[in-house]
Amino acid sequence: MNRASLFVPLGVFVLILTLGYVGFDLGARSELPSALINKPFPEFNARLLGRPEQSITRDDLLGQPTLVNVWATWCPTCLSEHEQLMQIAATTDVQIVGVNYKDRPDKALRWLAQFGNPYRWVLDDRDGLLGIEMGVYGAPETFLLDARGEVVYKRVGDINPRIWRSELAPRLLQLGVSIAGSDADGARQP
Amino acid sequence: MIPELGNFALVLASVLALGGAGLGLYAPREPVLQSGVLSMVFGQWAFSFVAFTALIYAFVVDDFSVSYVANQSNSLLPWYYKVSAAWGGHEGSFLLWILIMGTWMLAFALRSDQYPDRFTTRVLGVLSLLNLGFICFALFTSNPFLRLIPLSPADGADLNPLLQDFGLIVHPPLLYAGYVGLAIPFAMAVAALLEGRVDATWARWCRTWTNMAWALLTCGIALGSWWAYYELGWGGWWFWDPVENASFMPWLAATALVHSLSVTENRGTFKSWTLLLAITAFSFSLLGAFIVRSGVLTSVHSFAVDPERGMYILIFLALVVGGSLSLYAARAGQNTAKVGYEVLSREFFMLVNNVIMVVSLAVVLWGTLAPIGYEAITGGRISIGTPFFNAFFVPLGLMLLGALALVPVLNWKRTRAQVLASVYQALGVSVLLGGLIWFALDPASLLVAGAVGLSVWVVLTHARQLWFRLGKGSVPAAYIGMTLAHLGFAMGTTGIAITATQSVESDVRMSPQSSIVLAGQQVTFTGVIDVLGPNYGAQQGIFIVTDGDRSYELRPEKRQYFAGGNTMTEAGISAGFLADTYISLGEPLEGGAWAVRAHYKPLVRWVWLGALLMAFGGILAVFDKRYARQRRRQEARQGEVTLS
Repeated sequence: MNRASLFVPLGVFVLILTLGYVGFDLGARSELPSALINKPFPEFNARLLGRPEQSITRDDLLGQPTLVNVWATWCPTCLSEHEQLMQIAATTDVQIVGVNYKDRPDKALRWLAQFGNPYRWVLDDRDGLLGIEMGVYGAPETFLLDARGEVVYKRVGDINPRIWRSELAPRLLQLGVSIAGSDADGARQP
Repeated sequence: MIPELGNFALVLASVLALGGAGLGLYAPREPVLQSGVLSMVFGQWAFSFVAFTALIYAFVVDDFSVSYVANQSNSLLPWYYKVSAAWGGHEGSFLLWILIMGTWMLAFALRSDQYPDRFTTRVLGVLSLLNLGFICFALFTSNPFLRLIPLSPADGADLNPLLQDFGLIVHPPLLYAGYVGLAIPFAMAVAALLEGRVDATWARWCRTWTNMAWALLTCGIALGSWWAYYELGWGGWWFWDPVENASFMPWLAATALVHSLSVTENRGTFKSWTLLLAITAFSFSLLGAFIVRSGVLTSVHSFAVDPERGMYILIFLALVVGGSLSLYAARAGQNTAKVGYEVLSREFFMLVNNVIMVVSLAVVLWGTLAPIGYEAITGGRISIGTPFFNAFFVPLGLMLLGALALVPVLNWKRTRAQVLASVYQALGVSVLLGGLIWFALDPASLLVAGAVGLSVWVVLTHARQLWFRLGKGSVPAAYIGMTLAHLGFAMGTTGIAITATQSVESDVRMSPQSSIVLAGQQVTFTGVIDVLGPNYGAQQGIFIVTDGDRSYELRPEKRQYFAGGNTMTEAGISAGFLADTYISLGEPLEGGAWAVRAHYKPLVRWVWLGALLMAFGGILAVFDKRYARQRRRQEARQGEVTLS
């Protein structure tokens, strides 16, 4: 056996360990640039979850600010951000549209029945085609569209209270969305 | 007073671990010093046992001045949950981990007469060093004995209702026994590297311990899956959750190790590879502990986040795994042996098994760690879910089944092609059966039919060969164990394929006295009554299920726990060998109606029964005559003579 090859496991381990370390020491957070920022949200025509006879297009989203949230039942992080979404739905008048990504409709409907439904519409994207159009990396992801349907902000990962306070709420206020129980800065949590 | 005693015992155990590690790794030749290492191992176990008993005592007498007890328990809990609440949280479960580590060390020390004395000393030295790391972790970052003085609460915050279950009593001890048991082959590999001696004898020693640990790990994982199935109320049995993956990764590595050890024992080859797997398997146990206890990943059942703990484990991981892999890199090259074999040989198929296991391991590792890397780069949290894992595990599982079918007729080194005739006959039968199943399935799926057909093939070839061998005379226990484990794998895969695709799930609104039809059974909802448990009040739905002339009752509950105000769903399950009927209560609706979830899950039990059969096969193999005590002792003596 080649002696150098004996060092391969050690090398792999050091790599994994580094990953573990940076994952642990999440100092450097930066936003992921989206190709869609300040561009129009892509045209689409998608069926509604549980109501396959009905479908909506990009035009249905226009006229008011919209949060487009990509989620799935196989995604534990989606469950952990769900409460925040429910709260946004309860305390603001922003329109929230869900994209059920690579999922089974029966499971998704059961999930919504169990944990609550913050969405005005949920699009059925079981094969992930709409996800490709949107440039989705994984779930959850959230896009903020203005009334003209342009993407003003994109969040890859969960909407947690910190992200809501520091990134999402201020942008919603800028777009003219009213947030119950908030001052002008939108910083207070309901 | 008693908790302080426990704390003191833990400190003493750490001192003995330090002594055992120093003396053991120095590996003295003097018998007095060698027996000193043995006594320090006994001491570590005894003091861990005292510490653990002290913690149990604090739980049983409701000593809420102990912070951990106040967080985990409540005076209303039944006594058996008070006891098991001791390992319901991070601190106590780690103390259990230490006790189990001590118990494995004790078991090894008790059987030390079977191995050369210096080898035993080295193994116990490595184990003591690991134990020292564990005990210091408990003492410095997660001490379960810390007091809340003077602000002790009048009553405890209660055990998480999800954990108030039979599952908590048995699942963690079994799982930890598996995790920690992998420390023994790890320590044996490190000792062998230190001695520069890896041979068939070493592999034979290592096999019994590896098999035991692997079997316990298999049982632990299966129990956890069964528990999630009936307790979480989602009707699933595996969620590719990071914590589940954390237990699956050491299992995959250990499975590869079990097979590679067999080659090393019988053919004297695969030596470096076997050593590497022994190190890898335990390293994944530690990585699993890091994932579960540091909070780097979002999971349904991870413990509370504490950065200090995560950093400690990460450093410990770096030292243990980095150290052993460096030793491997420096020393393993001495153990090369050139042994030829053909494609149609057991060696080659063991290699196939190992490659599939390692690829699976890489897939699970990627799926588990990629979100961390992703978060590090972008700050976002994502989940890699079922679609990713299924894309790999469906083809990998099918390939493994296909390779498995040939195993019983293969010989070491080379196999005559004529022997394969019987395998082809069995293939004919299973293709026919698979085809029939394909027609019967709804929705029809070629992959599912393929999985079932291949499983049938595995069963036929194994059963036929076992029958053939039994006819010729006595069959070694190891062979029967191997056959059972492989049959268990086929059984589990069939269960997975069928239950994943053929389940019927219906979520309906049911008012009292109404009924629905679920997979040919009539389910009638008669109403809801109030019942009172020891520490909860519940609404209990009464459902009558009629299946032909058989009729039975299911009583799912919606429980409100008094202490924490938590609501829990307790499903009503009729368990059957061929199918489960599963009913759980959703939300109450207007007019006495309820949202009801009714599932019909064919062959779901086969998933766990298959795993248990695998574990049973693994344990059976340990009792093979060739590992018997007497003979091994003699061989060990002879080994020593030739060494000196």
